[in-house]
Amino acid sequence: MAGTESEPTGARDASLPARAKIAVTAGRVAAAVSRKAGRGSGSVIGGKVALRLDPDLLATLADHLDVVLVSATNGKTTTTRLIAEALRAAGPVVSNALGANMPAGITSALAGGSDARFGVIEVDEKYLATVARDTRPKAIALLNLSRDQLDRAAETRMMAEKWREGLQNTEAVVIANADDPLVTWAASSCKKVVWVAAGQAWKEDAWSCPACGGVMQRPGDDWFCQECGFRRPNPHWALQGTHVIDPQRGAWPIQLQLPGRANLANATSSAAVAAVFGVSPQVALERMRSVAAVAGRYDVVQYQGRDIRLLLAKNPAGWLETFSLIDGPPAPVILSVNALDADGTDTSWLWDVDYERLAGHPVFVMGQRKLDLAVRLEVAGLQFHVVDTLEQAVRMAPPGRIEAIANYTAFQQLRKVVAG
Amino acid sequence: MSESSLRVVWVYPDLLSTYGDRGNALVVERRARQRHLNVTRIDVRSDQAIPTSGDIYLIGGGEDRPQRLAAERLRADSGLVRASENGAIIFGVCAGFQIMGHEFINDLGEREPGLGLLDTWTTRGEGARCVGDVLADVDPRLGLPQLTGFENHQGVTHLGQGVQPFATVSVGRGNGTGDGTEGAWRDTVFGTYLHGPVLARNPAVADMLIKLALDVNALPPADTTWYDALRAERIAATTRPA
Repeated sequence: MAGTESEPTGARDASLPARAKIAVTAGRVAAAVSRKAGRGSGSVIGGKVALRLDPDLLATLADHLDVVLVSATNGKTTTTRLIAEALRAAGPVVSNALGANMPAGITSALAGGSDARFGVIEVDEKYLATVARDTRPKAIALLNLSRDQLDRAAETRMMAEKWREGLQNTEAVVIANADDPLVTWAASSCKKVVWVAAGQAWKEDAWSCPACGGVMQRPGDDWFCQECGFRRPNPHWALQGTHVIDPQRGAWPIQLQLPGRANLANATSSAAVAAVFGVSPQVALERMRSVAAVAGRYDVVQYQGRDIRLLLAKNPAGWLETFSLIDGPPAPVILSVNALDADGTDTSWLWDVDYERLAGHPVFVMGQRKLDLAVRLEVAGLQFHVVDTLEQAVRMAPPGRIEAIANYTAFQQLRKVVAG
Repeated sequence: MSESSLRVVWVYPDLLSTYGDRGNALVVERRARQRHLNVTRIDVRSDQAIPTSGDIYLIGGGEDRPQRLAAERLRADSGLVRASENGAIIFGVCAGFQIMGHEFINDLGEREPGLGLLDTWTTRGEGARCVGDVLADVDPRLGLPQLTGFENHQGVTHLGQGVQPFATVSVGRGNGTGDGTEGAWRDTVFGTYLHGPVLARNPAVADMLIKLALDVNALPPADTTWYDALRAERIAATTRPA
């Protein structure tokens, strides 16, 4: 099936139970048909067909693998990729590298990894408990939780509650961000937790104690609830500047091609996950250096003779991290926002983003909801141009590398345009 | 209030700021500054006292548990009720609108007392959540253009004799009572289900709040080019047959 990093060889298929074998084959056929019809990689439809024929297929496929699950509101695709690179030091890896992160896409990806030893799997937040039950992971990485697509997703604290209930009996080592109170709440009922001080720039979803509802006190990097005593656990691992600090207080430099603080945090969590599988931080971080772009994110492309860096930001926390990594003024910035189903149809989140931080940049706004952006930027007191196409924005942009920041479907559209 | 100054109080952003509610504060601030008013914005966290000297109080939307916590703390604080008695302007959205009434259903499924600033009470709807774009005609006495916004709630808010519907929906569900009413108001207290945030889609409502605070009938003009473009686009998108 498509959407995987290693092609099926058949060696492993032979060892599958009959029902699973038929399901995998049927899934491959469906995926191929879908691909031929020009409907993308076909991994989701393939997985759906296969799961219908064998509902236990995901568990069967995961049975021979050392599985790590990665979930979060932001950074799960990138972190999955970093962990996959790190674990390749210890053996072959199968991963849903293209971000198909619900059960069908995951099933499809695993079906392609016939000779793999490790399964590194990105999981949509809503499906984490289910996938954890089916794949019996050795490790689960929980990076962050924040508001995202509220018109259709569960409330943010409810998501933490769902994780907490769904993971409390897991045998996995849970690698959790101690700087995120919601993640800490979710992980603190698990048996084996490795706490990582990975930082969290966005704080607006955790002013209220997830345990008792008290007002959270957040002096500096610390946090605690004065009412019930719920507080930040002492981290085993930490991101300090551009170094990973391991549990023995060893400091390892992070040298990524990927930009920004959020990716330093992702690398730190990835190093902690790699250690669970016996890969040292030195080896893990060395391997993470090879990652240059993840599913087009952070990719610098040429278009109309100009360099454009493509950045994906889907929600307020993501935009905040993105603003911290873009080139300073006068670097031109293009913003593109859609509100299709995959983006969430409610654009109210634009008002939680500090667009004021773009002051001094020449700014161009586009996308299906460019007028929502225009009002947002007007209220922020910024100068900006509203354009219809990327070509128009690029033509008007002053010299210098252009930073293009877009939400989900707008990002996919930009990629298509620059690919010609 | 000293002349040409405006104190805007944003109530409990730690609990009631789920749907870009900060936008309502930003829009009021921006529209006031464009009129050369001296604006002070006061964000009051739920472990702080609500000042009674504000001119405009904004209360946002929130999830079910934070809504209950906000109601508990606002009842204990009483600053908002005193401010209202002094004639302050109060504008509440969604969960904030429900809290302003006599009671609502909390996250535990129990009846939770509100502040009684509006003669309304809220029950929980049986059907699907009301989610989507809304168009509504504002109470003509307020002299405002068509209201556009986005709703996402499960409440059904009933209006008593002491309030008027803020608007009547042509698209969307509004108060969820089936009679087309949207929001409620009396004197200088307003509640609506529209977030989005509502003042960014309806700058005339922001201007109305400022006029009430200054007790003037008109404000100097301030540019609305982008707001107008957004309104036209959203109104067209909302009325377009699916």
